Amino acid sequence: MKRILPVLTVVATILAVWYIACVPMNVRETLTNAERSGAVLTPETQRERAEVGRLALVFTNTGHLGQSWSVDRARLPAPHQILTELYASTIDEELNGRRGIVRSGTLSNRSLIYHGLQTVTATLVGFVLGSGFGVLLAVGIVYSRTMDMSVMPWAIVSQTIPILALAPMIIVVLNSVGLTGLMPKSIISAYLSFFPVVVGMVKGLRSPDAMQTDLLRTYNASGSQGFWKLRLPSSMPYLFASLKVGIAASLVGAIVGELPVQRGGLGARMLGGSYYGQTEQIWAALFVAAFLAAGLVAIVGWIERRTLSRMGLA
Amino acid sequence: MTLVVLALVIWIAAWGLNRWLAHSGMAQARILVPVIFGVTVLVMWELIVRGLGISAVLLPTPTLIAQTFGQNLGLLWVDFQQTFLKGALGGYVIGCAAAFLAALAVDQNDFLKRGLLPVGNFLAAMPIVGTAPILVMWFGFDWHSKAAVVVLMVFFPVLVNTVAGLSDTTSMQRDLMRTYASGYWSTLIRLRLPAAMPFIFNGLKIATTLAMIGAIVAEFFGSPVVGMGFRISTSVGQLALDMVWAEIVVAALAGSAFYGAVALIERRVTFWHPSQRK
Repeated sequence: MKRILPVLTVVATILAVWYIACVPMNVRETLTNAERSGAVLTPETQRERAEVGRLALVFTNTGHLGQSWSVDRARLPAPHQILTELYASTIDEELNGRRGIVRSGTLSNRSLIYHGLQTVTATLVGFVLGSGFGVLLAVGIVYSRTMDMSVMPWAIVSQTIPILALAPMIIVVLNSVGLTGLMPKSIISAYLSFFPVVVGMVKGLRSPDAMQTDLLRTYNASGSQGFWKLRLPSSMPYLFASLKVGIAASLVGAIVGELPVQRGGLGARMLGGSYYGQTEQIWAALFVAAFLAAGLVAIVGWIERRTLSRMGLA
Repeated sequence: MTLVVLALVIWIAAWGLNRWLAHSGMAQARILVPVIFGVTVLVMWELIVRGLGISAVLLPTPTLIAQTFGQNLGLLWVDFQQTFLKGALGGYVIGCAAAFLAALAVDQNDFLKRGLLPVGNFLAAMPIVGTAPILVMWFGFDWHSKAAVVVLMVFFPVLVNTVAGLSDTTSMQRDLMRTYASGYWSTLIRLRLPAAMPFIFNGLKIATTLAMIGAIVAEFFGSPVVGMGFRISTSVGQLALDMVWAEIVVAALAGSAFYGAVALIERRVTFWHPSQRK
């Protein structure tokens, strides 16, 4: 309760600001519609209005702003418009659409469920690949001094480089060697989650201090026992922290990977929406992406809490 | 085929050299080993691409990339100006300043802090690059829309880190300031801001990479005929991959330099912090 009330207040404030912002943002489109239905406006023609600022238009035409929250292709759609679009392009499309799952047996390629699933599969495949290789490389780095000194500085430097810029090239090159569909996107997801996991996991595997490693030595523990019973367990908090960063990065990678080749996915929906001025479509795709990101991070967080409490660490 | 064998031989030789250097305990090994590793990877790339006859459309050789880089310095500079100096840096400054001021405001009010931080964390995990098409629609194709994307991307990491930093002082320290009769501003400037600096710089460093990514990816959604993201997406379309790689080299250099500059300022400002001591 102590947290819910403030969060709800903040969310309500954001929604209120959003609804108010819709008025000046959509004022030109609203007034054009009002003019078509016969209203007399203060600067009378559309051309004259184009030279007046948005706020000024709001104050001179206060009586004709009723449609601010229902304009088609609004510059800023109102939250309920986005929710309507979300409903129409998920549940409604699948249940009642001609290509929906009820009538055709497969998910409609116009529904956000279909596109969201595509993005999520690419994200998860890439995330598993990237974090798996990341953990392996981290183990190598911790146990081989040569690897540590050669690879680790580059792994750290790579964090400061916008590797996402490589995405279009990877997609096109992999397409031209015949790899299409899921794999190219997953590879981008994989390399985005790879480096955070390497850096976090190396830190984690090195976190046991000299006292603890000395204790294991007095127990006459072998190297592999030291790894399984001390280093790996104590690296878990670090691993999960970087997995949470990694999965969010993976999702961004998959979305950006969908931009160059328009074959479905949330990224394709966003770019398609921006080509045709379908703002509600962009916002709906963005909301789905946000919920996916929150959901994926929450799932990793849930696994983290379960694991750490089983281990007695949290 | 001989080139490929040669590449493998060089790999083994360089690995052996690195192995020896890493275990020799020489002072210069810290720098030498990664440099040797990097150079070896480049040489192997060159030899294997030539040896197997991989077409430049798939993977250009490092020498070809360097050549393209050298020949197109003017073009690359114009793109760099558009994307980095205007888009990324402009947005970075505005976004970080706004986040800092917002953090000062949030910090004053406990109710706001409890409400805004969960929402801020949620938004920080969001794929904010997705707002790029909307912002391009609002602010036009030029660098203003890219700066707007960057503002949104850097805002939440800096906000969350700054708020965390401002609450990093102990009540003992704050009590001491009160016994000195220092007010809100004086406590803020003399105690809490210095104590928050390591956190703030952590946020600022995360934000440098985000700023570069935001500015480049936003150009994939529409841009004037200049800019690094524009050049990358159109060169990919023309299969001029040497140009794409040249832009990526620019992005890598700019990203590392940007990060390095912020890290350098951090070292000057937070010289007292344990992580900065030598």
